[in-house]
Amino acid sequence: MSLLVIEQILNGLQLGVTLFLLAAGLTLIFGIMGIINLAHGSLYMIGAYAGALAASATGSFLLAVPAGLLAAAASGVAVEFIVIRRLYERDHLDQVLATYGLVLFFNETVSILFGRQPLFVAIPALLSGSIEIVPGLAFSVYRLAIIAVGLSLAAGLYVLIQHTRLGMLIRAGATHRETVRALGVNIRLLYTLVFGLGALLAGFAGVMAGPLLSVQVGMGEQILIMTFVVVVVGGVGSIRGALFGAILVGVFDTMMRAFMPHIMRGLLANGSEADALSAGLASMGVYLLMAVVLLVRPQGLFPARG
Amino acid sequence: MSPPQATGARAALAIGGLLVFLLALPFAADLLDVPATTSLVTRMLIYAIAAASLNLVLGFGGMISFGHAAFYGIGGYAVGILFQHARLSEPLFGMMLGTEQFLIAMPVAIVLGGLAALVIGALALRTTGVQFIMITLAFAQMLYFLFVSLKYYGGDDGLVVRRRNVLFGLDMRDAKTFYFVVLALAAAYFAFIWRIAGSRFGMVLGAIRQNDRRVAAIGIGVYRYKLAAFVLAGMGAGLAGGLWANYARFVSPDMMHWTKSGELMVMVILGGAGTLFGPLFGAAGLITLETVLSAWTERWQFFLGPILILIILFFRGGLSGLVALFSGRNR
Repeated sequence: MSLLVIEQILNGLQLGVTLFLLAAGLTLIFGIMGIINLAHGSLYMIGAYAGALAASATGSFLLAVPAGLLAAAASGVAVEFIVIRRLYERDHLDQVLATYGLVLFFNETVSILFGRQPLFVAIPALLSGSIEIVPGLAFSVYRLAIIAVGLSLAAGLYVLIQHTRLGMLIRAGATHRETVRALGVNIRLLYTLVFGLGALLAGFAGVMAGPLLSVQVGMGEQILIMTFVVVVVGGVGSIRGALFGAILVGVFDTMMRAFMPHIMRGLLANGSEADALSAGLASMGVYLLMAVVLLVRPQGLFPARG
Repeated sequence: MSPPQATGARAALAIGGLLVFLLALPFAADLLDVPATTSLVTRMLIYAIAAASLNLVLGFGGMISFGHAAFYGIGGYAVGILFQHARLSEPLFGMMLGTEQFLIAMPVAIVLGGLAALVIGALALRTTGVQFIMITLAFAQMLYFLFVSLKYYGGDDGLVVRRRNVLFGLDMRDAKTFYFVVLALAAAYFAFIWRIAGSRFGMVLGAIRQNDRRVAAIGIGVYRYKLAAFVLAGMGAGLAGGLWANYARFVSPDMMHWTKSGELMVMVILGGAGTLFGPLFGAAGLITLETVLSAWTERWQFFLGPILILIILFFRGGLSGLVALFSGRNR
């Protein structure tokens, strides 16, 4: 039993890391630019599609990674340039609706170009198989690799934001936008960079998720709404909150999905109904977690300073 | 964005004209040999009720709720579930509660919509701004997953409502009869919104939208007013959902999918947020656009998305704003 728990914690950590890559971008873009971007999930989808197509065309997952990153970042910069730039001075409502329009557009474009059939990506040969991390417990190398890469990206992001000149500008832009502008910093360029960085992280999450999920239209919104839960639980605008919130939500969600069927089968006589209901309750789990956090700390667990 | 002041003679004339037009419409549709129009306008009216209820929180109250479809779906499922239990004569909560009576099922739909709004609103209104948007969206998605998992009520596939509810001796299967039932309820709901907008409650709500701190400073409980508006909106969405279940004779989790919430928001904005008839124009406009585009291409969302972006970027105030622009009225 305890081995199963360890395995599920690792699975949860892997989901959490993926959620972090999205939540970090979303919360940076909101914290610094004041933009709520529903199309963030679309950038994740674009990354996943570009990665899947590159992998199936070249047979190399190593080429899939830059393809996904490039596609997501290019789409992100284009979106910022054409639409988002006009939304900085608008209220949240306009931002929500315009980016909702973007989601409709991207989903339909992808389904026109690549159809509604999901794409599947093979796990790269180098990372396939599993290793025994504790005696008796074998765990997928690929999932371990995602956890490792995701955590190092989190560390890299920390260094970038806390210890570089660009990071200093980003932090200053979040709290004192007008002052930064008055000091002669090209804030437009800064915004485009931040948006591109967010798109890059989302695209990377998409490429990494490709071999684990089916790559299909609508995958972006599924994870976007969970990312919202992460941002609310962690605290809006806080990278630290995004990290801890993502890991908490990822582990909690995975645990609910893994252990809810056992619990419900004990309570209900009808097996198939118990399974369906436990799947539903497990999907509801993270939202209930969010409700509890809201009751205790409406600002989130790790609110941004300032 | 001022509350509607439908006191002028011109406004009264316009409302009267609209009502006459809507009353004559099914007969005109028959005369012009386009009977399907009646059904199309029924759909517009049902969505107009849903959009008007969202407008109460979004337009008048300034709360950006992205989960309004949840209450709409709950209203639909209330009618669907009550019908299923009546048809199969199965107990619900241990009692024979199933019904196919319109006058019982619809109030249940309204009350359940309001109750769901009370619970979700009580939690979500503890926050404001972007968190409120995310939380309302997340809670609606939670209910969506709950109904997907309820296999007994059709799960993902939804629930077929074989017959429309019974209302007195009316032939509800007749498109025209059902149209007039929907029209009567829509007219009543818009009258209700008009009363609210002009009342003290509506004034406080508008003041909260403009500056909630000042409202709090003069000793008015902001949270209670917001929650009351949220619950009233949930009830309106429940009404619309119950009507939809009767109209389509089918309910499914798609009724509470997040894209449905998005559609309702688009209707409110398209028509002009915070105006009395904006949601009606918005619902009619969006459904017309969908009908035209989908008759032309299956990929209509490919065009709807950019159209939406253009409207947001360049036509503020929606259709009501355009009308006001052309009639030269100062807003």
